[in-house]
Amino acid sequence: MKNQEIKVVLMKAIQEIAPEIELEDIDVDEDLRDECDLDSMDFLNYLIEIKKLTGVKITEGDYQNVNTFKKMVAYLEQKTE
Amino acid sequence: MKEEDSVAEILGNDIVEDIIMPSLGADMTEGMLVEWLVKPGDPVKRGDVIAVIETQKGAIDMEVYHTGVISEILHEPIVTLPVGTVMARVTLTEPGERAKVTPLDSVTVTPLDSVTVTPLDSISLTHVETSTPLASPVVRKMAMDQRLDLTEVKGSGPLGAILLRDLSGSNIDRTNAIEVDDAINTKKAMRGAIASAMSKSKNEIPHFYQSLDIELGNALQWLKRTNEDRAPDQHILLLALLLKAAAKALMKYPDLNGFYQNNQFVHAEEIHIGNVISLRQGGLVVPAIHNVDKLSVDETMEAIRDISVRGRSGHLRSSELTDATITITNMGERGTDTVFGVIYPPQVAIIGFGKVRETPQLVDGDLVNSEVMSVCLSADHRVIDGMLGAKFLNALSKQLQKPELL
Repeated sequence: MKNQEIKVVLMKAIQEIAPEIELEDIDVDEDLRDECDLDSMDFLNYLIEIKKLTGVKITEGDYQNVNTFKKMVAYLEQKTE
Repeated sequence: MKEEDSVAEILGNDIVEDIIMPSLGADMTEGMLVEWLVKPGDPVKRGDVIAVIETQKGAIDMEVYHTGVISEILHEPIVTLPVGTVMARVTLTEPGERAKVTPLDSVTVTPLDSVTVTPLDSISLTHVETSTPLASPVVRKMAMDQRLDLTEVKGSGPLGAILLRDLSGSNIDRTNAIEVDDAINTKKAMRGAIASAMSKSKNEIPHFYQSLDIELGNALQWLKRTNEDRAPDQHILLLALLLKAAAKALMKYPDLNGFYQNNQFVHAEEIHIGNVISLRQGGLVVPAIHNVDKLSVDETMEAIRDISVRGRSGHLRSSELTDATITITNMGERGTDTVFGVIYPPQVAIIGFGKVRETPQLVDGDLVNSEVMSVCLSADHRVIDGMLGAKFLNALSKQLQKPELL
């Protein structure tokens, strides 16, 4: 998937949980859970949504590689190459 | 023709029960009837979803508490009705039905009504809107933020409901700003209702509090091992283990599970655990997970995920919001070390889970790193004594040391 495509998918997944959040509200280098005020259930639902939209299964071991918006984009770029 | 005859016969028995706008939580004063899923003459059984109502907590699937035949529909959608308004009537078909229903009604509906409705009538009644267009909570929030007039928007959803996609079109008249006052008053009403329920609790229930630091090393390691290769939709959160452990400890100490009414404690046979979910738009919703003692850990996790999604999108069932026998409030990892909850009447206890913290501990004279959680029990002293509370918390701790057996 292309970088731009992934960003659209991520915003869709985020807005499913936090409809009020826009891309410009997010500091892409900061922890996404803090940026979007997500609890652990919200974060899980966000990953479930990403799996639905991209087919990429993110397990707990990879959480540190996807905890910011920027890292998640890079991660998905690599996984969907 | 035959069908009509049998309905008439049933109506002849005339044991008729009112179906009222239910109170689905301490902060609900009114609800908007959005859609009837039944019509007069339709047979219904206890637990059937008969209508969709919109509340500050989103769309709720309203269940019927009786088995019978719908005899009358008194209000047509879309209309906002105060809690307690008779919406329809059902003619009972099962002779024992009335006796079965009464205890539940008195347990769940009455105390909430008395808590929430009376002081807020003035607020809720002045803001009854009968012409509000059908729209999802997201749309209404967006409309409020952008000051859009939803009556100008053509909805493409069921019954002409306005969906998110309808807002992006050119059919929006942005010049017509809606009154923001209503939203502010809704928030005020919600705050006021929480205030009155919690004041009632603090005025009437002699609370006492006990806290125990519970070692969670085993539970967290078990979770890590279990979750290692699991996809996010199979992932288990610590909360699932906490709920299961609480249910098992409640089986051992059932006096914490039930209701205090008419100056006495009534033990609840089933373990329905209410979960405090804070809504993004503010306020709380406390849906119950039913029969947690009978669920596996995976099923409990599925139930948590299910209520979290439905809590946000609507379609919580009315029973889930009224029949909790005890409540849990979970601070989560970004919360505080402890939480001392206020009991939700007529329940007699609330369990507060703090966040997991790392702390040094002495084990056989050696300093080791350990992960603990402060668990706080708020209990009703009319029913529960400190010794019982202590036994319960220690039983809960014991359960969490062997997560594989939960």
